[in-house]
Amino acid sequence: MPVVIALVLVAVGSVAFHLLSPWWWTPIASNWGYIDTTLIITFWITGIAFTAVVLFMAYCVLRFRARPGHKAEHEPENKRLEWWLTIGTAVGVGALLAPGLIVWHSFITVPAEATEVEIVGQQWQWSYRLPGRDGRLGTVSARLIGPDNPLGIDPADPAGQDDVIVEGGELRLPIGRPVKVLLRAIDVLHNFYVPEFRAKMDMVPGQVTFFWFTPTRTGTFEALCAELCGLGHPVMRGRVVVVEEAEYHAWLEHQATFSRRLAAVR
Amino acid sequence: MSAILIYLALIGSVVAWWLSRQRLMAKPWLEVGVPVDAPGMGASGIPPARLGLWVFIAVVGALLTLFISAYLMRMHMSDDWRSLPTPPVLWFNTALLAFSSIGLHRAQMAARIGWREGIAVGLAAGGLSALAFLAGQYLAWRQVMEEGFGVATNPSSSFFYLITAVHGLHLVGGVVALGKTAYRTARGAPLAQLRLATELCATYWHFLLVAWIVLFGLLLHG
Amino acid sequence: MSTASGPLDGIPAAEVPDVELYHPKSWLTKYVFSQDAKIIGIQYSLTATSIGLVALVLSWLMRLQLGFPGTFDFITPAEYYQFITMHGMIMVVYLLTALFLGGFGNYLIPLMIGARDMVFPYANMLSYWIYLLAVLVLVASFFAPGGPTGAGWTLYPPQAILSGTPGGQDWGIILMLASLMLFIIGFTMGGLNYVVTVLQARARGMTLMRMPLTVWGIFTATVMALLAFPALFVSAVMMLLDRLLGTSFFMPALVEMGQRLNHEGGSPLLFQHLFWFFGHPEVYIVALPAFGIVSDLISTHARRNIFGYRMMVWAIVIIGALSFVVWAHHMYVSGMNPYFGFFFATTTLIIAVPTAIKVYNWLLTLWRGNIHLTVPMLFALAFIVTFVNGGLTGLFLGNVVVDVPLSDTMFVVAHFHMVMGVAPIFVIFGAIYHWYPKITGRMLNEAMGRLHFWVSFLGAYLIFFPMHYIGLLGVPRRYYEIGETAFVPASAATLNAFISVMALIVGAAQIVFLFNLAWSLRRGRPAGPNPWNATTLEWQTPETPPPHGNWGKELPVVYRWPYDYSVPGAAQDFIPQNHPPARAAE
Repeated sequence: MPVVIALVLVAVGSVAFHLLSPWWWTPIASNWGYIDTTLIITFWITGIAFTAVVLFMAYCVLRFRARPGHKAEHEPENKRLEWWLTIGTAVGVGALLAPGLIVWHSFITVPAEATEVEIVGQQWQWSYRLPGRDGRLGTVSARLIGPDNPLGIDPADPAGQDDVIVEGGELRLPIGRPVKVLLRAIDVLHNFYVPEFRAKMDMVPGQVTFFWFTPTRTGTFEALCAELCGLGHPVMRGRVVVVEEAEYHAWLEHQATFSRRLAAVR
Repeated sequence: MSAILIYLALIGSVVAWWLSRQRLMAKPWLEVGVPVDAPGMGASGIPPARLGLWVFIAVVGALLTLFISAYLMRMHMSDDWRSLPTPPVLWFNTALLAFSSIGLHRAQMAARIGWREGIAVGLAAGGLSALAFLAGQYLAWRQVMEEGFGVATNPSSSFFYLITAVHGLHLVGGVVALGKTAYRTARGAPLAQLRLATELCATYWHFLLVAWIVLFGLLLHG
Repeated sequence: MSTASGPLDGIPAAEVPDVELYHPKSWLTKYVFSQDAKIIGIQYSLTATSIGLVALVLSWLMRLQLGFPGTFDFITPAEYYQFITMHGMIMVVYLLTALFLGGFGNYLIPLMIGARDMVFPYANMLSYWIYLLAVLVLVASFFAPGGPTGAGWTLYPPQAILSGTPGGQDWGIILMLASLMLFIIGFTMGGLNYVVTVLQARARGMTLMRMPLTVWGIFTATVMALLAFPALFVSAVMMLLDRLLGTSFFMPALVEMGQRLNHEGGSPLLFQHLFWFFGHPEVYIVALPAFGIVSDLISTHARRNIFGYRMMVWAIVIIGALSFVVWAHHMYVSGMNPYFGFFFATTTLIIAVPTAIKVYNWLLTLWRGNIHLTVPMLFALAFIVTFVNGGLTGLFLGNVVVDVPLSDTMFVVAHFHMVMGVAPIFVIFGAIYHWYPKITGRMLNEAMGRLHFWVSFLGAYLIFFPMHYIGLLGVPRRYYEIGETAFVPASAATLNAFISVMALIVGAAQIVFLFNLAWSLRRGRPAGPNPWNATTLEWQTPETPPPHGNWGKELPVVYRWPYDYSVPGAAQDFIPQNHPPARAAE
């Protein structure tokens, strides 16, 4: 009997905890509401399955527990039942997979109008690079990284001259404009993770990865590193400030470009 | 990872073929008694050592195929790959290993007809040419080194040393087993024992020959 | 095929091979350098349990840090990362894999298929000693300069071999990789044994479809491990070369702390592909033996045939095959080609179907059964609860886009602990309570067993179920401390403290279990040959505990499948597998 009570408690308690606990994801600040929706669908389907399984177990333990005179039934298999359960499961799995893949498709399809922004991870800080007036980022190489050129921008590339570099500060983004975030790392793996945006991707030294999103809420958001990168992993924090478009441009005008930086050093 | 997936698909088909003969559709609860003559009802008559060797070969095959996968991925994932000058001695080594394989094949044949001297000669020829192969591989290392390709110079040379070393170590293991068989032959062990031992050596040698030819082809490709 | 009739009385006694072989000459060859699979199995189990205790203590230390950040000054960030790394690696490889395959595999396979021993006893013995060596090398890294590696159990380069990670430029990572390579070599020797023994040494009449699911699970898992561990070996060798000889297999051109390193063009993703090509099958290498064993526990203690035996066998084989084409679901946010996501999400969710079938069949075995709530049965029930819970959260993480916000958060930690930690360990507990009487001839103490069960089950659930929600909040995994973070409410710290307290309690309950193991060795109730009235062959040995060679003069002959429980018309509610049909209806 305690087993039955425990099983019922596990089932009911888990659902109650899910519904009543104060621990839930942060309010979204990007266009990825669909991800939240697929998560909710998954919670529903898996929640029903879990509760059903555990309650059924509790029922079995109660109803078929050993007692004098009780005997088990010999029943090697039941093809019909097994097929129905298989089909039912397959349908449930399909109901999870289909929306997941649809949303994934839009997650990896960057809209043509997205502006490119670069985030660079290194032990243990973030740097950002924004395209200047020409709207394009210059080419980079790990070979060119040095004290004067922390991100390794190619000084010979005209597209890179007006790039704006922000080291260790905060990333500013205009609201409502899709951003394609290009991710680089110059030492080890990192992962730029802002929970409010839902999107994230590892940064891998030696290659450029990406994700895209559209900020939908102004404000300041905390960024963390979500891929173990050594001792300083938990203190590798950054900030993203989403502002109105006009404010963004006013701010951008005041930033030093790559060519100005180089000139200043010389 | 396509090389290892193809390899696993091959292993998988062998397993599937074998399973298909094991009456997996039977309803065991209806079958009481000892099924005497039905196929696939008991252990097969293959000696465990032979089966064990084949399973081991499958494992080593997976290991080498994973190196091949890594080689191909590393080659195509980045643009720093420089092709390695292939020392001509490798061709000679290949011939040596093939000769070694033939020697063991002869030993196996001799064991089958019970010709003890033939076993000894076959084993000696196979063993010595295997050792010559290993020496030749070392020579190839020296030559590649002299061409300016150290272990860390370029991934092509890193893989060259790594893959030849892994293959060579497996051959060394084989030479130990072969030495044991030769010792038994010299001590006049019963023929049945020698038959199995030479057969296992020969099988392993053929496998290492095929593996070497594949790996050599890969090195030529890179 | 009709088999119900035939000249059953005329079956010749099975051939007895050289029994002399089974009389070891000295104490040393009997208990230390033993070639008896049962002794080797016990050696494996004891070694795995000992190193597992180290992992348990490490988990306490890391929970102390997470639950009460700033309170325990002696846990530095470097040590914290070393603790989580060693905890993970020990649990996955040196405890779970070694215990299920090396421990249970060795003890149970020959007994359950009616063999005298493994087919290559000498290689089997070497397998254990190489495993022990691997464990010792692993332990040595605790005492090496710089301590063990703190790269996380996944050992991702480049950080695993750089100075920003504990042990990266010291001995830690080198010893770790060396130990793994030794483990793989040792396991391969054992694995060849398990596979060939199942194929070649089955008793007369023991067809594949008459093998207990335990054997099916261990057998399939061994085949998978033999094919998957080489991938870990390859990645370990290549990383070792990157670290020691400066090659660039996995190391791209990079600037570490302002210093340009000499590497060029290597690919960290290549390592991840190789690692997870081993790493995902590894999950099922642990799960399949657990599936098999729990099937037998449920069937025996519910006195009912396992429901849908054929489906169970097919599901084991299908899961084993599919698990080789799902590895990249650990890499959705790794930066690999995003189009792979479609393929791997699909294969991953497909694998849920055969797994679900197994769950249904366990439930349907309970249904209309005669459920004896023995300690093994209790642990089997707890396994179903935790496995279903952890399996269902796997549907979140396997479904590529849902994984994006959850990956690398505490949700992942909660998920894999539930499905791959707690659930298989409950099966291990259940199995030990179940087979201890055969191993020692005495029952484990029931009251201590129940105490152990209740604290472990409820406690473990209370640890890992709420942990998912910490992940949902957005707390990343592998954080020494989350500190002041805007989106993490203060109440999360309370929850973390609660989880830590539960972890300490559950850990302490394991001491009861260990005490029980030792206490019952002398004081336990004598068990007799077959205390659970089970059908499978290991319970039908002429002596308990079975001596080397297992079967005395005559090998058993198998007449029926292993699940003849509560057969209508039979005198007892079980018919042993070696019970000839003519006498079945006595």
